[in-house]
Amino acid sequence: MGRKLLFEHITKPGIRGLEGYRANGGYRSVEKALRTLSPEAVLEEVKKSGLRGRGGAGFPTGMKWSFLAKPEGVPRYLVVNADESEPGTFKDRYLMERIPHLLVEGMITSSFALGANTSYVYVRGEYFYVARILEQAIAEARAAGWLGKNILGSGFDHDIHVQVGAGAYICGEETALLESLEGKRGNPRIKPPFPAVKGLYDCPTVVNNVETIAAVVPIVNEGGEEYAKIGIGRSTGTKLISAGGNIKRPGVYEIDLGITCDEFINSDEYCGGVDGRAFKAVVPGGSSVPIVPYELFLKTPTGEDRLMTYESLSDGGFAQGTMLGSGGFYAYNDAQCIVRSTWNHARFYHHESCGQCSPCREGTGWMEKVLHRLEHGEGRMEDIELLWDIQRKIEGNTICPLGDAAAWPVASAIRHFRDEFEYHVTHREKVKDPKHFAREPFRKSAKFATA
Amino acid sequence: MSARTRPITTTEGTKPFSFSEAGLAECRALMARYPKDRTKSALIPILHVAQAENDGWLSVNAMDAVAHIMGLRHIEVYEVASFYSMFNLHPVGTYVLDVCRTTPCMLRGSDDLIHHLEKKLGVHAGETTKDGMFTLKAVECLGSCGSGPMLQCGAGYHEDLTIEKVDALIDELRARNSRTNYTDR
Repeated sequence: MGRKLLFEHITKPGIRGLEGYRANGGYRSVEKALRTLSPEAVLEEVKKSGLRGRGGAGFPTGMKWSFLAKPEGVPRYLVVNADESEPGTFKDRYLMERIPHLLVEGMITSSFALGANTSYVYVRGEYFYVARILEQAIAEARAAGWLGKNILGSGFDHDIHVQVGAGAYICGEETALLESLEGKRGNPRIKPPFPAVKGLYDCPTVVNNVETIAAVVPIVNEGGEEYAKIGIGRSTGTKLISAGGNIKRPGVYEIDLGITCDEFINSDEYCGGVDGRAFKAVVPGGSSVPIVPYELFLKTPTGEDRLMTYESLSDGGFAQGTMLGSGGFYAYNDAQCIVRSTWNHARFYHHESCGQCSPCREGTGWMEKVLHRLEHGEGRMEDIELLWDIQRKIEGNTICPLGDAAAWPVASAIRHFRDEFEYHVTHREKVKDPKHFAREPFRKSAKFATA
Repeated sequence: MSARTRPITTTEGTKPFSFSEAGLAECRALMARYPKDRTKSALIPILHVAQAENDGWLSVNAMDAVAHIMGLRHIEVYEVASFYSMFNLHPVGTYVLDVCRTTPCMLRGSDDLIHHLEKKLGVHAGETTKDGMFTLKAVECLGSCGSGPMLQCGAGYHEDLTIEKVDALIDELRARNSRTNYTDR
């Protein structure tokens, strides 16, 4: 069992309140940073830790911070992305709900490093009750002097505000989030300029995921080098994985990056294996990452054990690999229909497309329509090529990555499960029943006759 | 047209709207969170307050009142309200049931839950029951993927639902008969 850096104290009584949090060593990173370190030294520790953005992109956090422009007399902002809306992902909700002061502490320490006197945490609107928990924690921290003017006599001023969204997946994209935070529609901005130069209110801004900012706390407490000792290669530290789908033990797990995928999905410490049937496929990092057959999730194309790291999960490229993404993990058993799931994904992206770029606005709706007819027994064989063609024309042709995210689940489903798509054309009557595969699981090797 | 642009209604709900004193105080506190020349940032949180004070939806009168207190043009409010799916642009029931239908919940049985609720309430997803008690919405991922199928009603998440559990919930809500909002404390 690996070390828990974020969740070590999560089950302690009273950990949600300031008193309980302090009693378990809370706010030490603020004391250490403000009393003994310079902002540059904090940045140095984050760089040494190898921490990578935990929202999905995996960009090195220290590097992102070092890009922050610092013009004289212009405020800088830290904005925490708590929009968590990547299907399969619920780790940040769990963290904020159970141990809200960890995020508040991380925001103060990080803001000190960035020279930001104000930070915002943008919480998806559906998590209204979580926003209330955060507001309570912020009020407690303010009353105790962890926020406000001249914190710990250091001369550093800081305050945190919570903002709620109102239901829009796209606001998890950092520039759409900034638009929304400014009170506008969540339309992503054209980059450059990047937020580090022109972000919130045209000021230099760092946007980081909740888990990323929480990880700054153990990094500052124990040092970046200690943190980097956990993990393998460029995948350092621990990662929260939210696990769902057809597994025995759904939940949020803090893993050491580098455990095997087999251990994660089958051991009783984590997912506990399949829920009574057989595993069919896995989406390891949120709905946007490629879906892979179970066997390919366990082993790399060269037959080595696949590991829960950024690199190992993407080993084999898009043809045979996938991505760690946000850690929104869900597994399929053999009762599930890949075409139905792909249609469901496509409908999601169509619903969530902001509408700015035509390839995404029109392409997501088109894919949804084609997948709908395939799944409902009205498809044609050429629909499979059509879907392939549409997704190719979306990918890379949009302002933000939502287009890619809509294309990849379709591409990977066709790549790995093409015969199941064909079956939907040859067995139209059977597939009209959405529970068909629960009775007759689809077997890849089966030679199917025209129904 | 993008799924993100929904028409507002000018024919329903012509009843006048004004914020309560407590609501107005909350709006002012929300605007104070941002720099003085950037109070537009409070628009989404304020629309939530307005929706809660207008029977769970945003009429043109309610949106115009928001524009008025924030010093915005009407269109700046309409274009934002019509983008975000938690803002209801038509009248809704006493309870809005947001049932998650996205893939991780689908894997755990959300299709069955939605069908059951449609049958039980006698409406399709997107509609309100004749007695005005329930609006059933099928919505996208609510971040409860390990505890699906689930639904949101007001600020509350109801997770790991079974047919029995959701039936009991409906009975309980019906007996209570008091509006829930996302902003409920």
